[in-house]
Amino acid sequence: MKPARFTYHAPVTEDDAVAVLSQVAAHDGRVLAGGQSLVPAMALRVALPAHLVDINGVADFGVLAVEGSEWAVGACVRHAAFHRPVPDGPLGRLLSAVVRHIASYPVRTRGTFCGSLAHADPASEWCLVAATLDATLIANSVRGRRAIAARDYFRGWMATALAPDELLAQARLPLLPADTRCGFYEFSRRAGDFALVMALAVYRIVDGVIADPRVGVGAVEDYPRRMRAAEAALAGRAPAPDAFRAAAEAAAQALDPADTRPETAAYKRDLARTAVRRALEAAR
Amino acid sequence: MNAEPPRGTNPPRDPTADSRFIGRSVPRLEDLPLVTGRGRYAAGISFPHQLHMRVVRSAHAHGTIVAIDASTALALPGCVAVWTAADVAAVPPIDFRATRVKGLEPYRQPVLARERVRYVGEPVALVFAEDAYLAEDAADLVAVEVKALPPVVAADQEPGVFMPGQGTEPTVIRKNYGNVDAAFRAAHAVVELDLALGRHSGVPLETRGAIARHDAARDVIELYGASKRPHQNRDLIAAMLGRSPATVHLYESHVGGGFGVRGELYPEDVLVCLAALRLGRPVKWIEDRREHLMACNHSREQRHRVRAAVDAGGRILAIDDRFFHDQGAYVRTTGARVMDGTAGMIPGPYRVPAYRVAAHFRLTNKTPAGTYRAPGRFESTFVCERLLDAVAARLGIDRVEVRKRNFIPRTDMPYERPLEVMETGLVLDSGDYAGLLEKALARFGWDATRADVERRRATGEAVGLGLACFVEKSGQGPVDGVRVTVDGTGAVEVVTGVASMGQGVETVIAQICADALGVDYRRVRVVHGRTDRIEYGFGAFGSRITVMTGSATHAAALKVRAKALELAAADMLEATPEDLDIVDGRIVRRNRADAPSVTLAQIAKALTPGAAIAKGREPGLTAEGWFENDHMACPYGVHMAVVKVDRETGGVKIERYLVAFDIGRAVNPMLVEGQIAGGMAQGLGGALFEEFAYDENGTPQSVTFADYLMPGALEVPAVEFLLSEDAPSPLNPLGLKGAGESGITAVGAAVASAIDDAIGMPGAVTRLPVTPQRLKDILNRAR
Amino acid sequence: MSDKQDLVLEVNGKNYAVRVEPRRTLVDALNDECGLTGTNAGCEHGVCGACTVLVDGEPVRACLMFAVQARGRRIRTIEGLARGDTLHPLQRAFMAHHALQCGYCTPGFLMLAAGVLERDPNVSDEELLQVVSSNLCRCTGYGNIVAAIRAAAAEMRAK
Repeated sequence: MKPARFTYHAPVTEDDAVAVLSQVAAHDGRVLAGGQSLVPAMALRVALPAHLVDINGVADFGVLAVEGSEWAVGACVRHAAFHRPVPDGPLGRLLSAVVRHIASYPVRTRGTFCGSLAHADPASEWCLVAATLDATLIANSVRGRRAIAARDYFRGWMATALAPDELLAQARLPLLPADTRCGFYEFSRRAGDFALVMALAVYRIVDGVIADPRVGVGAVEDYPRRMRAAEAALAGRAPAPDAFRAAAEAAAQALDPADTRPETAAYKRDLARTAVRRALEAAR
Repeated sequence: MNAEPPRGTNPPRDPTADSRFIGRSVPRLEDLPLVTGRGRYAAGISFPHQLHMRVVRSAHAHGTIVAIDASTALALPGCVAVWTAADVAAVPPIDFRATRVKGLEPYRQPVLARERVRYVGEPVALVFAEDAYLAEDAADLVAVEVKALPPVVAADQEPGVFMPGQGTEPTVIRKNYGNVDAAFRAAHAVVELDLALGRHSGVPLETRGAIARHDAARDVIELYGASKRPHQNRDLIAAMLGRSPATVHLYESHVGGGFGVRGELYPEDVLVCLAALRLGRPVKWIEDRREHLMACNHSREQRHRVRAAVDAGGRILAIDDRFFHDQGAYVRTTGARVMDGTAGMIPGPYRVPAYRVAAHFRLTNKTPAGTYRAPGRFESTFVCERLLDAVAARLGIDRVEVRKRNFIPRTDMPYERPLEVMETGLVLDSGDYAGLLEKALARFGWDATRADVERRRATGEAVGLGLACFVEKSGQGPVDGVRVTVDGTGAVEVVTGVASMGQGVETVIAQICADALGVDYRRVRVVHGRTDRIEYGFGAFGSRITVMTGSATHAAALKVRAKALELAAADMLEATPEDLDIVDGRIVRRNRADAPSVTLAQIAKALTPGAAIAKGREPGLTAEGWFENDHMACPYGVHMAVVKVDRETGGVKIERYLVAFDIGRAVNPMLVEGQIAGGMAQGLGGALFEEFAYDENGTPQSVTFADYLMPGALEVPAVEFLLSEDAPSPLNPLGLKGAGESGITAVGAAVASAIDDAIGMPGAVTRLPVTPQRLKDILNRAR
Repeated sequence: MSDKQDLVLEVNGKNYAVRVEPRRTLVDALNDECGLTGTNAGCEHGVCGACTVLVDGEPVRACLMFAVQARGRRIRTIEGLARGDTLHPLQRAFMAHHALQCGYCTPGFLMLAAGVLERDPNVSDEELLQVVSSNLCRCTGYGNIVAAIRAAAAEMRAK
């Protein structure tokens, strides 16, 4: 399981990285950040990039900072950066609660937040977070930077809106109001495995009822998305078991599982129902 | 040659054997190199100018080979040669180890596919290149054109065609005693089950590897990376290459786990030897993980339609089983042993007055199967214990009680079942099944745990208890022999014909030798896996080493001891041998601390050839010891589990797990517990996680560790151990039984039993592994 | 047409001058080019963790890194865990607790634990269990590995 040959590039600035990528993209060039998803695919020879653009040397991609009302996560920020809650507040708590579900400790020291988004595995926790919070993804190419809303970013199974010569330079997550509650639930066969289902619930309580609900489900469809029907079932209701059950049921009905075999699709809906309810119950 | 002690009695403990080391959890002699990175596994073995071999494997489950085009591969710089079946036409198919089952010869695997491919992963061609990366590049360029044929993917459907004139059911093994039909007619109740075990296997953490070198100067082929059965493999390889066994040497270095699947003779082992011979350069082959999961022996997959007739008290009157064993595409070295073993062991530790089994040996277009830890017994225990639970449920009898009613009592030991299993008779040599169950119940706190579980269930938790009883086989003979030698420095060497895959062979044999001889175990070096150091060897499998090699070592060490005492008494110490003892390598007078003494080193020096022969003695402080045993020692035990089921997801968590186990006599309790714990983890894999799945085209779905799931530290519970030495084996002087397999044997059954209890549905689990989706399906159907 | 690069790898404080293609993984370069055969490859796709080494003090799967990516980094392998003849507390603990059988996964576990504990020995038992769940062992059932690492952590905390 040795990778096939490739030409290796190691730019040291963002401009260089973008320039090199524009040259090699048409010749099957790929970006190498953490490599925790790409290199296994190369070992199995299901990925055969002729060029690898290693961006680990680009200092600017290490940015992890508040910028305005957003949390900016640069292309090379590792999963491990979120082991401690950063930034302060509900967003940081959410990210550190989620990160421990991602693979395992050594994978998290190398793998990157943006790399997960670029790879777009349907069972990626960060993809669920980005979709549920309506993150903005910043793509960079020789044509310049552009901002892509999360709802426009995921296009299909492991397919994103990034052009082949575009590099995901940054993800921007909205800083959440201080009274935001977040709950995350994931079910997998073993600890650290790809999830069979995951759900993220985010809401505030205003005058005793749920406001600004967000409910996202991942690992069921081709990509994670907000479940509007579930959110509608929560808005304006007290945060209580009956509301949570209604939201869970609405999510289960609205989902269109990627695995279309009847028995597996039914199981996925069951799991989604459970996951949404448990995420809501866990929200703090 | 040992005289067999009278049946049913424990032999007196050898009065000259001081138990300074046997029975103690001494640290392992193996460990220091392994914790410092000085282990030498196959991948770490390299020779100058070596070529790397890469196997081109079939991507089709079944088909005829139309053409193989290697031209592009050969054009790649660094690719030295490409071979197909035509290049190895003179090499016969891989034979079985001795088997008495007739009619299996046509189903042997050729070293490279000839005319037909029969499983995805079958070796079709070989590439030889300057390095492993290039070899893989070249292998990808070899174009294999196959005309696909419909695959057989189920062992219990109509048999297919293996080749013109041969169907895919090579044999049916039938066993039968007592009057089964009469028993069913007279039965108070009959339970009938349809049970299935998923395909899974040992999957050691080190993949296979073989490095061959032809020493042209001496015309000797050397093969490194050997394991399990070096001498037998040497003999097979030599025969297949038309050479004398004396011109083939196998070397075992460090081995990353065996579990029964590594060390059988595979095509690659023979091919590297032939390649080294023909290409004139050392040839190195290291399997990758994807290959391993589709090429190394699979195991376990069977489907049983079984019924039991019982009386009103739940006592078994008869068992009747018809099952299908999914052997995969070919019959490999182990022949039909796993199926035969299953068939013979289904009655377990119970009195079964009448029994009938029809075992259908079926070939399918999947990776061929072989022996995997507790082969046949993981399967048979699942079947038997599901039956006992079904009987309990049907008659409203407690699951523990029904087992007690059916156990063979201690007073009936040794108990001969009128069956042959793996070609030896089945005699349960010693055992107190009911006694061990009582101890296990007490240690586990069965009654208190059940009360606690019921209390939790009342609050809505799906939590349950399960148990499973089992009998194992160990100490496979028929013989073993070692040579023990003390050199002029007092160091002791035991040369064995066994193999080590990490289980602690060197330590256990050293402990036995040390006690018999009177030295510190740390002065004993154990040699294994070297066909050039000892003429006969029988390898490592079937938990045989402690029993067979241990007993042979004990015998040899006693002979060396006797030689040393005889010479010391006659020539050096003016005493009789009875006056003397050996303590820490020094021969001393008993009860006379101040008397003169002499060391074993001095004795060894006194036995150098000149000195020895002058005094009419044989040179060398050395002796051979043999142990013969045509029956297997049968350890036994109980597994108990508490599991919690998540009714919404189908997830299963093991909260507690106990293994109670009779070891006969534990040489090193820490190592025994290590074997049990490791076996339990593998058993858990087979119960909940591991499966080689195939689609309807015969394409394997579990080809990486992302699909083939093995338990990790958060899945495996802390195992509680109850080691019992109540029933030493009467079949060898030290009372030993083997420990390697008892941790795994009953896990499938115990976990199934506990899951049934947790969800309140007796008999719910009929299929392993119990995946979350399957369990959820069971729960949904119940609603 | 060779695109091999000249590269210096600093491993266990020593420099190794190697010449490798960019696709050569760190685990293969350590074994073959550097002759350090203590790091074992168990799966080559980043799941089993047998190949774990420390890169700038962090546990990393050496099969998922290319040797060229390790240029200028401090690599530490199992061969560098002991200080001369003085074994690391983890090595002693593994032997005392029978935390290895075949030994193939052992270097990976030792380096993983060393990386975590040397950074902060005040890791909770619960977190240590999470860390141990990163790697696969097929022989031991993990109980003794967890016990050994906990014992070594206690010793390292006491220093």
